[in-house]
Amino acid sequence: MKTMTYAEAIREAMSEEMRRDENVMFMGEDIGLYGGAFGISVGMLDEFGEKRVKDTPISEAVIAGAAAGAAATGLRPIMEIMFSDFFTISMDALVNQAAKMRYMFGGKAQVPMVCRTPGGSGTGAAAQHSQSLEAWFCHVPGIKVVTPSTPADAYGLLKASIRDNNPIVFIEQKLLYRTKGEVPVDQDDFIIELGVADVKRQGTDVTIVTYGRMVQRALEAAEIAAEKGISVEVVDPRTLQPLDKDTIIKSVEKTGKLIVVVEAAQTGSYAGEIIASVTESDAFDFLDAPVQRLCGKDVPIPYNPTLEAAVVPQVDEIVAAIEKAVNRG
Amino acid sequence: MSIERETLLEMYLRMNQARAFEEKVKWGFARGMIHGTTHLSIGQEASGVASCMALDEGDKASLSHRGHSAAIGFGVDLKKMMAELLGRANGYCKGKGGSMHIADIESGNLGANGIVGGGFSISVGAALTQQYQETGNVVLCFAGDGATNEGNFHESLNLASIWKLPVIFYIENNLYAMSNPLEKHMNITDIADRAASYGMPGVICDGNDVFDVYQTIQEAAKHCREGKGPVLVESKTYRWDGHSKSDAQAYRTMEERKEWMAKDPILRLRNHMIEEGIKTAEEVDAMDAKAKQDIEDAFEFAWNSPEPDVSTLTEDVYA
Repeated sequence: MKTMTYAEAIREAMSEEMRRDENVMFMGEDIGLYGGAFGISVGMLDEFGEKRVKDTPISEAVIAGAAAGAAATGLRPIMEIMFSDFFTISMDALVNQAAKMRYMFGGKAQVPMVCRTPGGSGTGAAAQHSQSLEAWFCHVPGIKVVTPSTPADAYGLLKASIRDNNPIVFIEQKLLYRTKGEVPVDQDDFIIELGVADVKRQGTDVTIVTYGRMVQRALEAAEIAAEKGISVEVVDPRTLQPLDKDTIIKSVEKTGKLIVVVEAAQTGSYAGEIIASVTESDAFDFLDAPVQRLCGKDVPIPYNPTLEAAVVPQVDEIVAAIEKAVNRG
Repeated sequence: MSIERETLLEMYLRMNQARAFEEKVKWGFARGMIHGTTHLSIGQEASGVASCMALDEGDKASLSHRGHSAAIGFGVDLKKMMAELLGRANGYCKGKGGSMHIADIESGNLGANGIVGGGFSISVGAALTQQYQETGNVVLCFAGDGATNEGNFHESLNLASIWKLPVIFYIENNLYAMSNPLEKHMNITDIADRAASYGMPGVICDGNDVFDVYQTIQEAAKHCREGKGPVLVESKTYRWDGHSKSDAQAYRTMEERKEWMAKDPILRLRNHMIEEGIKTAEEVDAMDAKAKQDIEDAFEFAWNSPEPDVSTLTEDVYA
């Protein structure tokens, strides 16, 4: 085990995979000498050189398209889109090309590419640098979507993503980059399989399903609830597509109550998909309170810090939701 | 410019196969035997076939939505291609791709693309692989004139140029972006002029002349193989039919169409072969008949091929 930040864990995962496989390369805007807008790739240019760590122009369409073309012909590119908001410019390459190639070519192509990108609000960067767009990507068959909440998860999931043979959108939370945690880098080949949820806290009264930055808030809320005698279970799917429905359903069958917390704007968010997979399962019969979803408000992210904080779920709101669920039961 | 006799004969055969293929597709559409949509390349056979045949073993090509001539030029199996248009299980894409997605990545055919301009960046990535793995191969990227107004065109040319990637951006300028004539969708006459903005050579060839197309692509490929970076080639040509099957072609005159039909690339090559004594008129007729028969055989194969089983519906979404 080694204590490192979420950002360092991502760098370590990329570097290890590049050392392991000659065909893994990395490209994006300002990722070389500059080290990436969030400092993720500091030092990687020194180790791997310009052939394997490639600075691109500000051209998100061709970054994603070139990654797809390179992946389909034998490389395993990791690409970085500086803010997930900029994925709007890459969407053809991702949605129409990378995601579809295998299927529409009759299974004779594979597109092993990882699209790393920071998502989420909280930095005061306003509406075009703060969105949570994961539901868009989950809606496209052919793409996998990963969103780790801890340094260890970031490390293990990124290694798995680089080895996976599909296009993967790997959403990092920019407010998590500096958070620290124990990472099992010394364990030989520590990999976290995609599509396997992690129960971040065991509990018996209420299930909270959440991912990314909201995991930490749910855990804080669970601590507060525990002081009031309420036992909260926190399930982090870690991978949204494919979604580990079994772990979620099992938890709801145990607690009988479900709260889903996501940072993204509520309408059309992935919270709806998580809830539907519970309510259409046998776990429905175990529910003894209405399912609640705590999501971002349906507004663009505002610049003012007070307004910005008010958009996404806060710890006290999660505590209130827990109490409401328990009182109902 | 000369083309080796055997290559020239094969080229002539493939151009006739391409013409016959499109005629058969038109026929099949009219009878409801082929569904969906398709974009015929009649009139563009020299552009599609001679360019692909100028490539070397191991080179790649990504095709446009009007890609049948190019696919046949690249040397696809006609039976599997026709079966794909009929949506059959033994088609190139198991019946899941159709006309706009004929692909066979293993053989270097990176796929036709239903997104106009979608192939530019894919080709850049494929060229990156060639450079990275030092294969010495090049990528021929097909697109139409209209696609050069897409942002992806500009991002792709710029990146390919700064990274010196071995890709030939091959623009088949058939004068119309669907119904929109060139003079209404760009303020220049020659698309090749756009190359200057990216510091790469911009070359024009007569897309209805196999010799000019072949030589231009060979020279462009040589430039790429020498590590000098990409080339933009503009192939001036014309499609005889509408954009797709539902096109009434109100945007152009019969006179213009006839003028271009007189420049029939197949007829030009046929006359050349007879004049140069490469083949007699009778021998050429026999080649024409063989090409037609090949397509009849392909259609019969396709028509008698099984539909994909519904159980295959969810296969191949993920690797």
